Amino acid sequence: METPLTGNIRPDREPPSLKEYEKSGGYRALARVVSGLAPAEVTAIVKDSTLMGRGGAGFPTGLKWSFVPMGVDAPPGPRYLVANADEMEPGTFKDRVLMEGDPHQLVEGMIISAYAIQATTAFIFLRADYDLAEKRLKRAVAEAYEAGYLGKNIMRSAYSLEMYVHVSAGRYICGEETALLNSLEGKRAIPRARPPFPQVSGLFGKPTVVDNVETLCNVPHILANGAEWYKSLSLTAIGGTKMYGVSGRVNRPGWWELPMGTTVREIVEVHAGGMRPGYALRGLLPGGASTDFLVEQHLDTPMDFTSIPKVGSRMGTGTMIILDGKTCPVAFVLNLLKFFAHESCGWCTPCREGLPWVARIVKAIEEGQGEARDLSVLEEHCVALAPGRTFCALAPGAVEPLQSALKYFREDFERHIKERGCPWRAA
Amino acid sequence: MPLEGRVTTIYIDNLPYGVKDGQNLLQASLTLGFNLPYFCWHPALHSVGACRQCAVKVFKDESDTRGRLAMGCMTPATEGTRLSIEDPEAKAFRAGVIEWLMLNHPHDCPICDEGGECHLQDMTVMSGHNYRRSRFRKRTHLNQNLGPFLNHEMNRCIQCYRCVRFYRDYSGGRDFNVFASHDSVYFGRYEDGALESPFSGNLVEVCPTGVFTDKPFKEHPTRKWDLQTAPSVCTGCSLGCNIIVAERYGEVRRVLNRYNADVNRYFLCDRGRYGFDFVNSQRRLRLPLVDGRELVPEGSATQALSATEGGSPRPAPASSEAKGAVVRRAVARARDILHGSRRAIGIGSPRASVESNYALRSLVGPDNFCDGMTSGEHRLVGMMKDIVASGPVRSLSLAEVERADVVLVLGEDVVNTAPLLDLALRQAVRTRPEAVAEQLLRIPLWDDRAKREATQGKQGPLFVATPYPVSIDDIAVKSYRLSPDDIARLAQAVAYAIDPEGIAPLVGAADPLHVVAETIGGSLGLAARPLVIAGASLGSEAILRAAANVATALAKAGKKDAGLFLVAPEANSMGSALLGGMSLDEALEAVRTGGADTVVVVENDLTSRLKEASFRALFDSTKHSIVLDFFRNRTTELAEIVLPVATFAESSGTFVNNEGRAQRFFEVVNPDEIVSASWKWLGLLSGRGTGEEIAWDTLDDIIARISEDLPALAAIGSAAPGARDVPQVHRVPRDSHRVSGRTANVASLTVHEPPPPRDLDTPLSYSMEGSPRGRIPSSLIARIWAPRWNSVQALTRFQEEVGGPLKGGDPGALLFGPASDRTRAYFDGVPEAFAPDPRRPLAVAIRHVFGSEPLSALSRSVSERIPSRYVGITPDAARSLAVADGERVEVTVRDLRMELPVRIMAGLAEGLCALPEGLPDMPYVGLPAPAGILKRTAP
Repeated sequence: METPLTGNIRPDREPPSLKEYEKSGGYRALARVVSGLAPAEVTAIVKDSTLMGRGGAGFPTGLKWSFVPMGVDAPPGPRYLVANADEMEPGTFKDRVLMEGDPHQLVEGMIISAYAIQATTAFIFLRADYDLAEKRLKRAVAEAYEAGYLGKNIMRSAYSLEMYVHVSAGRYICGEETALLNSLEGKRAIPRARPPFPQVSGLFGKPTVVDNVETLCNVPHILANGAEWYKSLSLTAIGGTKMYGVSGRVNRPGWWELPMGTTVREIVEVHAGGMRPGYALRGLLPGGASTDFLVEQHLDTPMDFTSIPKVGSRMGTGTMIILDGKTCPVAFVLNLLKFFAHESCGWCTPCREGLPWVARIVKAIEEGQGEARDLSVLEEHCVALAPGRTFCALAPGAVEPLQSALKYFREDFERHIKERGCPWRAA
Repeated sequence: MPLEGRVTTIYIDNLPYGVKDGQNLLQASLTLGFNLPYFCWHPALHSVGACRQCAVKVFKDESDTRGRLAMGCMTPATEGTRLSIEDPEAKAFRAGVIEWLMLNHPHDCPICDEGGECHLQDMTVMSGHNYRRSRFRKRTHLNQNLGPFLNHEMNRCIQCYRCVRFYRDYSGGRDFNVFASHDSVYFGRYEDGALESPFSGNLVEVCPTGVFTDKPFKEHPTRKWDLQTAPSVCTGCSLGCNIIVAERYGEVRRVLNRYNADVNRYFLCDRGRYGFDFVNSQRRLRLPLVDGRELVPEGSATQALSATEGGSPRPAPASSEAKGAVVRRAVARARDILHGSRRAIGIGSPRASVESNYALRSLVGPDNFCDGMTSGEHRLVGMMKDIVASGPVRSLSLAEVERADVVLVLGEDVVNTAPLLDLALRQAVRTRPEAVAEQLLRIPLWDDRAKREATQGKQGPLFVATPYPVSIDDIAVKSYRLSPDDIARLAQAVAYAIDPEGIAPLVGAADPLHVVAETIGGSLGLAARPLVIAGASLGSEAILRAAANVATALAKAGKKDAGLFLVAPEANSMGSALLGGMSLDEALEAVRTGGADTVVVVENDLTSRLKEASFRALFDSTKHSIVLDFFRNRTTELAEIVLPVATFAESSGTFVNNEGRAQRFFEVVNPDEIVSASWKWLGLLSGRGTGEEIAWDTLDDIIARISEDLPALAAIGSAAPGARDVPQVHRVPRDSHRVSGRTANVASLTVHEPPPPRDLDTPLSYSMEGSPRGRIPSSLIARIWAPRWNSVQALTRFQEEVGGPLKGGDPGALLFGPASDRTRAYFDGVPEAFAPDPRRPLAVAIRHVFGSEPLSALSRSVSERIPSRYVGITPDAARSLAVADGERVEVTVRDLRMELPVRIMAGLAEGLCALPEGLPDMPYVGLPAPAGILKRTAP
């Protein structure tokens, strides 16, 4: 089984230096690109590879790039590439692994991607808490400059690119690509309305592509080995491998690079070693805190962008959080809702006002102050905070675990209300 | 009125409607008269999609029955768009948005100043939400002291972000922002303190609820429906912003914006909004004075008081007959004087109405009429009038300024001489970049954040040449700091750059100003709508001449949409110039040597325009003096007869603004039988020696007289309908239809309901009855209200279309025709280059939005923001004088010697110093003039 993304990663040891990265084939894809491929050709290869955005939305990466106005239609001035490294989704740590473990892979992926859209400047927008990743990325960027992979006339080609590591001030909303752009500009981290899309008017009002770290890490391998190879890595129609992760009371919590489309069951039972003795699986959030619960009956679903939605959730980041039988689902959901309510940017009414209300109701239920009518208010919010009604995807994501918890664990909510307290605490 | 541009058909709840192309669904729905609630959208601030209140259901096509919710303000109205406002899901969502907002909004409507004119109240009712389901506590905030103009109550905030968008994005303020996040976002300053922006008062109208309320108004809380209101015109500067003045119990309580699509549109400055308070001043004159003694109506309760109190208390009820007797006595005395005088000189005022100045002119005769301006001001304003009345380039309206694409500002510190011009220029500089964004990126003009993102604060060319730093430097591509003469020379060089054939270069063609002028001229030459701004504030005719030359050169270069905007000194300067008359210095001469033995002064405190010695000489040389004014001041002190006159709030008349737009203001305070308009007093006086007959009785009469007499002013009659034009039953009521306590108001005096005061001068009535709302001419809009819309947001119901003209056209009458004489010759007379003299810097005038206008300076709230006098000097001068900021120096200018604190002004042009002429504690100097500055030696 090939693991292109994590082949160089040696957990708990220093990441590969530039020399080591080059020895393992690094920057060869870049050399091929800048010496012989036109930007449109790079985009075409990535399109063919079926690479889909790994940040959670699963948008085809090549297609996204192709929206950047190029050639004679292009507005004058700079273009930007931004790596979204603001990995703040609860339960998600895959980008951290990639950045800490093999920073040059991201840097190379970004240079190639930047070349495809002829960006003049690239930014890595890094989560504030990722100190180690910051250190390692900055070193990698410096090494890349030193070696002529960044800066003027990369590898003696006509292409030039500047790259910066920007450490965020630490808000969840900065992971939303347009809020990220505002934050990068020094403004309040508030999402922007689309259209115009960032590819047309993004950072500083210029054409910009924002891609997730894992997405960008795939790019050198696609360019090195071709689209067909990339597609062959996958078990499904969507190409490549995927960083999967599991947290919760399993025997071996952690991350694994597996073929795209590996089933939930294989990830949980084989790679994570199954549930710890005495703990039963009650449900799981497949791809971070803002995805709907899956339960036992869904375990054989392949983890990919098309299969998971068919069973009522989203693959999201592909890093699961397991709810076990000894944990109160109401408290579990409350914990998430408190996080989301606090991380609302305060721009649109439904999110700013709706989420705290929802969180207070769930808190009241958890603390034994619930009332029978509360559940209908919660259910209303699951509809009222749907996409299109809110300004961005934060609130719709925030109510996904709630709406599925109300579906799968409704009796737990009802017991809290009836028994005027949390049965798990009483036990 | 036909809509401009292409028309698009949209379907609202399955019925087709034609709307103007390029709008969003909310705009279109409001224009069509639908009740679609909203908060964050504002017709001037446009869409941001934050509040989610204007959700509608949008359908793909006829067969789509499911549809999807979309925000009206963020969805373009394109051909065939199908939407439903009445869709149950959309309605439920809108009610839900209100429910969310009400989670934290306090239930304090009964004690909230906004109550009864609160957009949040209206929208709550409109949405149908009425039952609180949340059982949790509301979040609370601490409030801030934001200074004398605004009250802050953050607990009421519904986070629509309008305030911060207005304050920062629209008007360029810096000391106000949004802080924190999630459900505790906070709108305020980083610490307590007066808001710095001179446009802060607009937050009263911008805020959809009671977070920012009018602080002076709060001193005597009154509900909107209990205010007596009338349309009026601001007296704060020459722009003539339209206002609605509100009265209760004989006092003016507040001023609100009155929309005029050509003038002030949605906003006012704080001088205009809060300056009205001079009307309520303790210094008001309420009774005539003869030889310094009040004529007190018989039986008046004030008799006992007046001896002990400094001010004149309002005369407590005296009978009409007694008051009439007082008026007759005063008039008889004044007539005797006039009758016996050899020659009477009438000194008018550029801040008095056309009618009052005209009345004075006809009382004393055109040859004896003085417009009340100093010779310098007289010449400047006269020149301005000539330039805009007959020049090849049109005088632009304020609204047109907002659409100019390249601007050259010559000498004017606009925020302090014509505050709203600053705001207009802040919009003008965005027009070109935004047009590019619209064209290139297809960002609709209403998509405010996308527009600002795409343009990144890029600003269309604005060039500024002033002697000292000015507010608009932050939006200028380049600011030049020059002496008044060099500003004129720069302008002349710009004119040369545009028309090198027609204009001679500056003496010494190698003058470095030519290099600068090349850039400016080039930029103006590329503009579609270039604009030149100048004014009278530096007292320089050379600047005006050169500004006119730039405009003429642009016209000759074929720029048919080129414009001029000349800032005049006072509210009716242009009206005074159109009346014609001598200057104050000539009047002085007429008294001293021309055989005049009587002066009649109207609404003009001459100490603000004459040096002390000249002022004294005027009263020493004249035998008789009759002064008509609002206040006790130095001029009234010296007068033989003082007649108490009505302010703009108690009288009606016409002002002509800087553009040449005649606008009518209407009395809102029921005038006393004694305190009446100057033109009324003068009418009584003018029946000279022939018994009781008077020259004119009503406003209609005098306007008719003016129209016949003076062709240049003939059009003032069409500024608004006259009393005679509107039948009694269709008079516009000054009271709202909900006015309460109509009889209780006077119950302490009489148990009978007195008949409403008669108003023979205006087409308005002191009553709650009259013309139905839909039939009110735009010039008579006395309040903004519509069924279900109790707040100022009801304005959309008065407009042809959102942001467009008022129904029936905007009020006012333009006295100057379109640009004529395209071939007009250039003005000559370019001054020589300014030679700085370090020992005798040239003192130039510097103005302050709060303080440099004498009437508003008397307002209690405004007075808190007035700086005290100082002398501005350059850092170099400070070094050579060895003085620090704030240290006192001795300034000698002309024959005046003053001890003033130093203000070191980085950026003040070399060889200049600045004096804040016009501040209340600053005497009249007569600037510009060379000054001597000496460091004070220790006593």
